[in-house]
Amino acid sequence: MSTVQPSPTVGYGSMRRKEDPRFVRGQGRYIDDLKLPGMLHGAVLRSPLAHARIISIDTAAAAAHPKVKAVITGADLAGLGLAWMPTMSQDTQAVLATDKVRFQGQEVAFVVAEDRYSARDALELIDVEYEELPVVIDARKALDADAPIIRDDKEGQTSNHIFDWEAGDSEETDRVFAAADVVVARDIIYPRCHPAPLETCGAVAQMDPVMGKLTLWTTTQAPHAHRTVYALVAGLPEHKIRIIPGDIGGGFGNKVPVYPGYVCAIVGSILTGKPVKWMEDRSENLLSTGFARDYIMHGEIAATSDGTITGLRVTTTADHGAFNATAQPTKYPAGFFHIFSGSYDLQAAHCKVTGVYTNKAPGGVAYRCSFRVTEAVYLVERMVDALALELKLDPAQLRLKNFIRPEQFPYQCKTGWTYDSGEYERAMRLAMEIAGYDDLRREQAEKRARGELMGIGIAFFTETVGAGPRKDMDILGLAMNDGADLRVHPTGKAVLGISAMSQGQGHETTFAQIVSEELGIPSADIEVVNGDTDRTPYGLGTYGSRSTPVSGAATALVARKVRERARLIAAGMLEASPDDLEWERGRWFVKGDPEQGSTIQEIAMAAHGAGDLPEGVEGMLEDTCVYNPPNLTFPFGAYICVVDIDPGTAKVVVRRFVAVDDCGVRINPMIVEGQIHGGLAEGVGIALMELIAFDEQGNCLGGSFMDYLIPTALEVPEWELGATVTPSPHHPIGAKGVGESPTVGSPPAIVNAIIDALHDSHGVDHIDMPCTPGRVWDAMQGRAEPPQ
Amino acid sequence: MQVTVTINGEERSADVEPRTLLVHFIRDDLDLTGTHWGCDTSNCGACVVLFDGEPLKSCTMLAATAAGHEITTVEGLAAGGELDPVQQGFIECHGQQIGFCTPGMLLTARALLDANPDPSEHEIREAISGQICRCTGYSNIVKAVRWAAENAPATTTTTTTTTGA
Ligand code: FES
Repeated sequence: MSTVQPSPTVGYGSMRRKEDPRFVRGQGRYIDDLKLPGMLHGAVLRSPLAHARIISIDTAAAAAHPKVKAVITGADLAGLGLAWMPTMSQDTQAVLATDKVRFQGQEVAFVVAEDRYSARDALELIDVEYEELPVVIDARKALDADAPIIRDDKEGQTSNHIFDWEAGDSEETDRVFAAADVVVARDIIYPRCHPAPLETCGAVAQMDPVMGKLTLWTTTQAPHAHRTVYALVAGLPEHKIRIIPGDIGGGFGNKVPVYPGYVCAIVGSILTGKPVKWMEDRSENLLSTGFARDYIMHGEIAATSDGTITGLRVTTTADHGAFNATAQPTKYPAGFFHIFSGSYDLQAAHCKVTGVYTNKAPGGVAYRCSFRVTEAVYLVERMVDALALELKLDPAQLRLKNFIRPEQFPYQCKTGWTYDSGEYERAMRLAMEIAGYDDLRREQAEKRARGELMGIGIAFFTETVGAGPRKDMDILGLAMNDGADLRVHPTGKAVLGISAMSQGQGHETTFAQIVSEELGIPSADIEVVNGDTDRTPYGLGTYGSRSTPVSGAATALVARKVRERARLIAAGMLEASPDDLEWERGRWFVKGDPEQGSTIQEIAMAAHGAGDLPEGVEGMLEDTCVYNPPNLTFPFGAYICVVDIDPGTAKVVVRRFVAVDDCGVRINPMIVEGQIHGGLAEGVGIALMELIAFDEQGNCLGGSFMDYLIPTALEVPEWELGATVTPSPHHPIGAKGVGESPTVGSPPAIVNAIIDALHDSHGVDHIDMPCTPGRVWDAMQGRAEPPQ
Repeated sequence: MQVTVTINGEERSADVEPRTLLVHFIRDDLDLTGTHWGCDTSNCGACVVLFDGEPLKSCTMLAATAAGHEITTVEGLAAGGELDPVQQGFIECHGQQIGFCTPGMLLTARALLDANPDPSEHEIREAISGQICRCTGYSNIVKAVRWAAENAPATTTTTTTTTGA
């Protein structure tokens, strides 16, 4: 599958990545690799308590440390108007705490010193006196009358309530439920987990006092949006801010927000006149940066007795932590959770989500997810399996019976989405064929008879990705559109600037292939620039599987604009009317006379050359484009998982995992498959081991890689992939985006498999993630508890 | 204190604090930033180097302890500019995405192949199980190491020329 391929020189297909020669030589350019003359090092003092009033902060001893250049507290920032910053969700977040600390690990002070060890030493010298306050850890109790109010900094905030949000028709849904033969309910938790990219977050800030220009090398998935935020927060002129992400060592949503450490590094550089590097350690990353999920859901599914699903409803408590820093489009405080009716043709659906503050780290980032699609898919796929158990139906057959049919697309779902295209049954049947579904069921029956625990789990997902149309969505008032700049040089080599920012997705390769496909220029002759805000067009960055759906579309369209310009120039060269020319990849030629033509390289030279151009045609061969998607795209897939559970230890082994993904047209199948592999492994992690838990005092119990477990090569199987291709009808190249599908689809497949293994023998009809041996064992003994 | 090591065949020396971790010595003092750092607890393996030929998490050792020893980092893998088969394998099989765990994986793979030129899939998984890759789901890393096993030096000279597509 994804091993060595004959590399296409032009257009789509699996080809080696342009990025890899530097990575295999250790020449990636990550933030912590940067060393500037005179560079100082910053470190953040963090709160040991989850909720406490700050009585005093004494920084004298730290400031007296011989290698310390500056100590910054919230009071110092308040003097600059920088103690608070806006979040991506219309809330505010403390940069350095002034009044209270509201979660363990919150930023309290910032030290700048000559080297990283001294900066850490100096943190020990800062004396903070706290007055402890009662904490709110369980989101279910956040709205109790006696719950302490976390955000007393906000005027008019008299509880821990953030928002209520609904989608769908509740009356119609109630009517459908009242008429149903069967209603099945489940309490389902999608626990708090963390993207934990291997590279933590960090920045090097360099303020040039002479030119007044700030350069910020930083781990950001959204460099342009960050630039705008800094301009708004710090009042710096936006043209005097340059963001350079370099190579990012993994993001998965964790590197979307602006973190206090970045702002502190900037302030540190302004105050000292020197470049300041701030690089968090692993514990800081897990304790304080964007977590994911933390949805407590009550789901109900309604059906007829023969298994026609008629309705779905869910109420959710969403734990947003101490500041509402969820990254998502403004209009949708629960993200795209309202895709929760999934891949099924229902009569009615309704969801209600209530967001609350707790004394936990802020975030709610989309960990390899398009804005809560992961929670939505988990809910519906668990509910469908619960219904299958109730009706004693095969979960594959139940899904096949209820799928939206191909002829129903574009499909208007009951919560407001218009699904673009889908052939669900085809994907499902392919997954069953690859898995050998009937044989697996036979094997399972034999094993059951011997007392062995084997489970087969299915999940079928539909995602909504590629945000998004400017009429529907924005972040901080910024339209979620992306730009692309394409310049073809005289010799026919090209440079493409994009606003998406790669974190391993291989944009330098894939986006060159898009241009190559459209213009016929070999991919090797196309350089892709991403990240650096001085060199790339404006756009909102890479998350929510939006690179290919949005920036990919912008790239195809700008290449087509250049192709049209080339046509006019070719018409002059060939002394023909533009209408009489025909395109074949890489060349315009005269219709009916294929010998008479000009290659794109010849046209590029003519475009820059000394000779005359046709009347009204601008010289050079370049253009720009901004893409405003008319709709989101709706990738889908069918996943089948086989688990074995040790009856003595309750250890779950994922023996097989079959993933059939339909992400529309695939530009570089090798890269697509690599994305799927990686997301599946993260799904295994979420389902089996990843958890950010807290004790009753609000101490984080997942603050290191000793506690926050990530799968190694021994915990994941050899992936078995399949593909169907249903192009998106509105996307210029029919692509839909894929990066997040596997993380969305795999957890419910794994959990469904575990329940399938344990239901007959142990009566288990529900278990919450993560399915660690201890938690599975408890479920087998009939005493399963929620994880938090 | 002055610490001298032989790194990638070259004798290098720097004046460091006694508490300096080997990983910081390599990155900050010797400027070999291909060796990465990803955790505080010796779990991730982004910092793996070869220490007298054996894989070592360089965050678990003080620079002072390493004095006088031989270290190979990723920068030392491509002898004379020619990629090691494990490096080529990672390119051929899409064995990396962000490239952050790659240097550590490459060095472990090299040590594995030195000891066992024809490892099974399970032996490869076992060998890299002290290291985390957050991107690839491991399958392609396993394939990349197999590729290196199957393309031992005699045959790699021709393939390295195709690097970089
Ligand atoms: S840095 Fe994680 S194991 Fe050394």
